Amino acid sequence: MSQVIKIKKGLDIRLQGEAEKILETAPRSEVYALKPPDFHGLFPKMMVKEGEKVKAGTPLFFDKYNEKVLFTAPVSGIYKELVRGAKRRILEVNITPDAETDHLDFKIGSLGDMDRQEIVDKMLQSGLWPMVHQRPYSVIANPEDKPKAIFVSGFNTAPLAPDFDFIIKGQEDHFQKGLDALARLTDGDVHLSIDAENTRSNALQNAKGVKVHQFSGPHPAGNVGIQIHHIDPVDKGDIVWYVDFQDVIIIGRFFEKGIYDPSKIIALTGSEVLNPRYYRVITGAKISDITRDNIRQEKEVNKRFISGDVLTGDKVDPNGFLGFYDNQVTVIPEGDKPEFMGWLIPSPEKFSVSRTFFSFLMPWKKYRINTNIRSGERPFVITGIYEKVLPMEIMPMQLIKSIMINDIDMMEKLGIYEVAPEDFALCEFVCPSKIEMQTIIREGLDTMQREFS
Amino acid sequence: MKPLQNLVEKVKPHFEKGGRFEKFYRSFEAFETFLLVPGNVTTRGSHIRDAMDMKRTMVHVIIALVPVLLFGMWNVGYQHFKAIGVEAEFIDQFVYGLIKVLPIVIVSYAAGLAIEFIFASIRDHEVNEGFLVSGMLIPLIIPASTPLWMVAVATIFAVIIGKEVFGGTGMNILNPALLARAFLFFAYPSYLSGEVWIAGTAEQLDGVSGATPLAVLAIGEGDMPSAMEMFLGTIPGSIGETSTVAILLGAIVLVVTGVGSLRIMLSVVAGGLLMGGILNLVAVNEFMEIPPYYHLIMGGFAFGTVYMATDPVSASQTGVGKYIYGLLIGVLTVLIRVVNPAYPEGMMLAILFMNVFAPLIDHYVVQSHIKKRMQRMEKIPAKA
Repeated sequence: MSQVIKIKKGLDIRLQGEAEKILETAPRSEVYALKPPDFHGLFPKMMVKEGEKVKAGTPLFFDKYNEKVLFTAPVSGIYKELVRGAKRRILEVNITPDAETDHLDFKIGSLGDMDRQEIVDKMLQSGLWPMVHQRPYSVIANPEDKPKAIFVSGFNTAPLAPDFDFIIKGQEDHFQKGLDALARLTDGDVHLSIDAENTRSNALQNAKGVKVHQFSGPHPAGNVGIQIHHIDPVDKGDIVWYVDFQDVIIIGRFFEKGIYDPSKIIALTGSEVLNPRYYRVITGAKISDITRDNIRQEKEVNKRFISGDVLTGDKVDPNGFLGFYDNQVTVIPEGDKPEFMGWLIPSPEKFSVSRTFFSFLMPWKKYRINTNIRSGERPFVITGIYEKVLPMEIMPMQLIKSIMINDIDMMEKLGIYEVAPEDFALCEFVCPSKIEMQTIIREGLDTMQREFS
Repeated sequence: MKPLQNLVEKVKPHFEKGGRFEKFYRSFEAFETFLLVPGNVTTRGSHIRDAMDMKRTMVHVIIALVPVLLFGMWNVGYQHFKAIGVEAEFIDQFVYGLIKVLPIVIVSYAAGLAIEFIFASIRDHEVNEGFLVSGMLIPLIIPASTPLWMVAVATIFAVIIGKEVFGGTGMNILNPALLARAFLFFAYPSYLSGEVWIAGTAEQLDGVSGATPLAVLAIGEGDMPSAMEMFLGTIPGSIGETSTVAILLGAIVLVVTGVGSLRIMLSVVAGGLLMGGILNLVAVNEFMEIPPYYHLIMGGFAFGTVYMATDPVSASQTGVGKYIYGLLIGVLTVLIRVVNPAYPEGMMLAILFMNVFAPLIDHYVVQSHIKKRMQRMEKIPAKA
């Protein structure tokens, strides 16, 4: 096995509410939803009519700008309605499920007998393709491209992230099959990264047909972008693809059984959850199925429900749905109460990377952090703190500033092709000026994509 | 805290759009957020945020300035009674200094904050916290004998020309506090050099030499205080600059909390020692002959190193850049002090000079970073 790549910069935010390693099966939701906003840049065009019967794997809509990429129903049932937001933007495509899921049969033969194009086509038809992302731009991969390599992160370091070793139990064959399928999509290598200290699963450590890399260190060591940067970085003109760990399992299941079955194991986490643990669900499930009767009841504290982790997840309604890419649901307190001289009082309950609070003296303590911003937005003042949480050869402040002034040449030189919003989540977290860096990075990526397409 | 919150809620409508005091909304907001951290929650990006914010950053600089301020007050009194030859109790000395220094602090804050509030209203942005620090720095780097109107004029000049014309806090090129001092230094030179260092003596006594050690060396007459006196700070000088001990205490606060850049502080000291050492080797006059470490404890060197050079906005913003920036400040300070007798205090000019050059240093650091990235790209062979 290869050398351990040690990540030194970064930050582990120690939150309360880590999921216990107990697996439960969530009840079947009364409604499932596919949410177009989960897919950045997507312009959905509907392919089914209200009231139509669909099977798991039946296409619901396609991307206007890339017609081959289909988005399919996670369960069988009846396409109930569209939920629209401002400017008639489609927010949810709702499906009332049958009692038992009826899967569309995609008639998959042996993986070995298919050529690359057939594999791509099957993935496009079945709705698996949106699981393949690309850098640059951090969007759904273009099926016409040939990537120089494909990356899979085999561990997650985000706050309260689920443990992949636990999730993979019993699904090792599907995972390997998924890797086999991905290996056929590139002439280069498939790179699988694992945690040098904590990954114990044999299926991960000794995955076949891929290059296994060991990483150690704090968050964001588990971010695929950081791993790409240290293994085979993206320069101008390069395209790499990457697939989320659980999506590899779903892809493997597809090529094993010939059905689109997006069931996955998610962690229910956060300080406001009574019994944080793991649940087997189907993508697009209602969050309330697992949070019902499992949330701390305090009248004076509002809750925030997040599909995903606290750094990069999406705020969802308590009755909302699990996001397409998300492996966890986090519930934390809202910080909507004013606090007297809150900026001055060094409460031991507050977490900070700076040493102006006591949290640096208590490395064992776990925190219950709320969603308060704690200040209005300010211009950049403090320097040198962003570099400490971004383990890349990238100058974060200079890159952000180049995006703010829309200097395309400078963005390119400073390495915008390598980054995704999630890589800047920690920079955003530590920023004393409360600058919304993930949003800015996304704007920069959009600008670049527009410029070169 | 319910009553306070209720009070804020009660008066708030008057300041909001359509209210009687609509124009003062930004001022109201500044006080509101000072008393109560508002219940604003994240809407995009990271759902949780670090507990650190600008107010807290700035207040830690103020905390770091407290030892300097207190010592400065006492020293003003101590120097005064020493000069007029009267034995005085510690408390008398301190109270005398307090009476001299406090009005300067109040005037500096009042003048500067007024400008900040006006500009925040005109530009319709939140009042930035930057001046909380500048307002304390300005009194500490001028003599206690400076007339109050002069403090006000210098502060207003510094905030408008030094900061607001560039877009406010975070956009300024020069350190506003140093700009205030530079303004006084060039506009009213007689108030910032010569017999000004001991408050309340000029009118009463002739022939009291209130010269600072730097002036002694530059002119070549008068008594040099001992190294220990200079280290402790029982010497004439600007209110906050004399005591290296008090400044070191502040430096510890800044470094431990991570608010001040240790990188800059160390490289300024290294630069000062380096240049002091070189001049000492080729010494041709008395000023050159002093041991290099004297430079660290004389005049504004220590104060500038800890509180001025480390201002994150006007300093170099890149890691490598900070070393170059600091080193050059140290070198230039000693050079100006020793080689240019017209300006015995080189710290102010050296920092302002390097403030101007910091963007250039950063430019080259960024260029070398880009070059490194390009090389990486070329190293990977044969792209399709």
